[in-house]
Amino acid sequence: MKPAFSVIFLTTLIGAAQGLFLALFTHQSYALFGLLPMQSDAFYGYGSVLALLLLVGGLIASFFHLGRPERAWRSATKWRTSWLSREVIVLPAFMGVVFLFGLSHLTGYRPEVVSLPGGLIVDLSTVLGVIGTMLAFALFICTAMIYACLRFLREWHSPLTVINYILMGGASGFVLAAFYSASAAPDQADFFAGWAIIITMLAFAGRWASLVRNARLKPKSTLQTAIGIKHPHIVQRSMGAMGGTFNTREFFHGKSAAFMRAIKPAFLILTFVLPLALLALGILTPGLLALAFIIQYLGLLAERWFFFAQANHPQNLYYQTIG
Amino acid sequence: MTQLALVIDLNVCVGCSACVTSCKEWNTSGSAGPLCDENPYGLNPTGTFFNRVQTFEIGQYPNSETLHFPKSCLHCEDPPCVPVCPTGASYKRKEDGIVLVDYDKCIGCKYCTWACPYGAREFDEQAKVMKKCTLCVDRIYDESMAEADRKPSCVKACPTSARLFGDIHDPESEVSQAIREDGGYALMPEWGTHPANHYLPRRKTKLKIHQDELERADNPLKVDGQQPKPGKGESSMDDVSAW
Repeated sequence: MKPAFSVIFLTTLIGAAQGLFLALFTHQSYALFGLLPMQSDAFYGYGSVLALLLLVGGLIASFFHLGRPERAWRSATKWRTSWLSREVIVLPAFMGVVFLFGLSHLTGYRPEVVSLPGGLIVDLSTVLGVIGTMLAFALFICTAMIYACLRFLREWHSPLTVINYILMGGASGFVLAAFYSASAAPDQADFFAGWAIIITMLAFAGRWASLVRNARLKPKSTLQTAIGIKHPHIVQRSMGAMGGTFNTREFFHGKSAAFMRAIKPAFLILTFVLPLALLALGILTPGLLALAFIIQYLGLLAERWFFFAQANHPQNLYYQTIG
Repeated sequence: MTQLALVIDLNVCVGCSACVTSCKEWNTSGSAGPLCDENPYGLNPTGTFFNRVQTFEIGQYPNSETLHFPKSCLHCEDPPCVPVCPTGASYKRKEDGIVLVDYDKCIGCKYCTWACPYGAREFDEQAKVMKKCTLCVDRIYDESMAEADRKPSCVKACPTSARLFGDIHDPESEVSQAIREDGGYALMPEWGTHPANHYLPRRKTKLKIHQDELERADNPLKVDGQQPKPGKGESSMDDVSAW
């Protein structure tokens, strides 16, 4: 497939935003149970603003993918069958809840919703946080299932796709949270950096597993099944077009095999190895956490590029020779 | 239930591309607007087509054969492109099984092309919407046309009658008989899309002659080639002499 930069930015930006929101609310939940000191409203509030900015960036990027962006509202209609439609509904819903969560903290409007036995007070921001957490996971699932549900794109058609979207989005969000708290609440940076290390290692394992799986895939469709002729030697002499077509532009990444070989270790190092090293050092020197987030984000851009480029669409069998 | 479809006889197709030009001519002239062409006389012409004729070489020289392979939307009975569409612009008609795109609802997200294993859909770079074969839905029901003309444009254009059109759910239709009796097959059956369009394979007509067909049962001497050979100048009789 040809990686579209609109989709690469959409998935990486909202992934980081979802992860950041989850990180903030994880901290708030720990604090609710007294496991960590509760931070100021401004800490959670401005963190939510940062997540919201990333989400808006992702949403803007997604419009560049559409031929007719003015009709985008129509894409919410087929949520019964289409994961893309579900994403279109869940993304703004999540943005709305992040906005309200941030608003609740920044205005200090946190009325008590329910008081649990043992004196635990669940306020409005906690309720919004729980809803936001569910929506964040729902959004991860929708985004990943857009790819994982396509059964003949076999590199994507795997539960690992969903797991990896959750883990990689979570990793970049927690790294960002570590950087954010290093400047906003320095004594809490270790908590976020610790989780960021754990999630980044899990994401590394998940992505590695999917690379191993994809390397072993044998194509189900062949030129023989594509045209229904049983013969071991079939060569296309003409695709029925004198120049390129939509089919040659949309489904081939157009980069050399050497480039594909080079980008794989590059994204593994940028997304996982370097950030892990920087996070470990960052517990001592918080300045490195910013670098960890930026390097991991660049790595995720490369990872997403590779994710799309690696998927080999069976339609390519029909489009091999211009002539 | 009706499922309209094309049956393409690869044994007869000569690869002339008359179906391609006829399709383009009809579908670029309709009320849905033109099928765009970009750079038509330039180095890299490109454009939107519903139907293309591809060419494959089967085998290795000198034991090779050329296969011309017309390819358009297969109007799958279980089309994977339809449920993924977020707007409902892609749909399959209940009444005749044609898979269509509503160009006024399409947002041009191209997700349907990712979901089609056949590469049957082409994005129109000027209209910015997805386009595909309509099975000439604007011809086949047009009562202002003579009944013989109410067929897809490609079918009408084919000089060798390699393209048949009809209802594959009606067992008595020409297309059903062709599929049944001439070995009609579907493309990429491994994905379970159940394409409605079928292809008839290349097949060679071979004449098989058995030995007893070479010998005449009514030969009076029971041995062929052993009739008496009268001299060249003498009179001879059919069935009795060797010449």
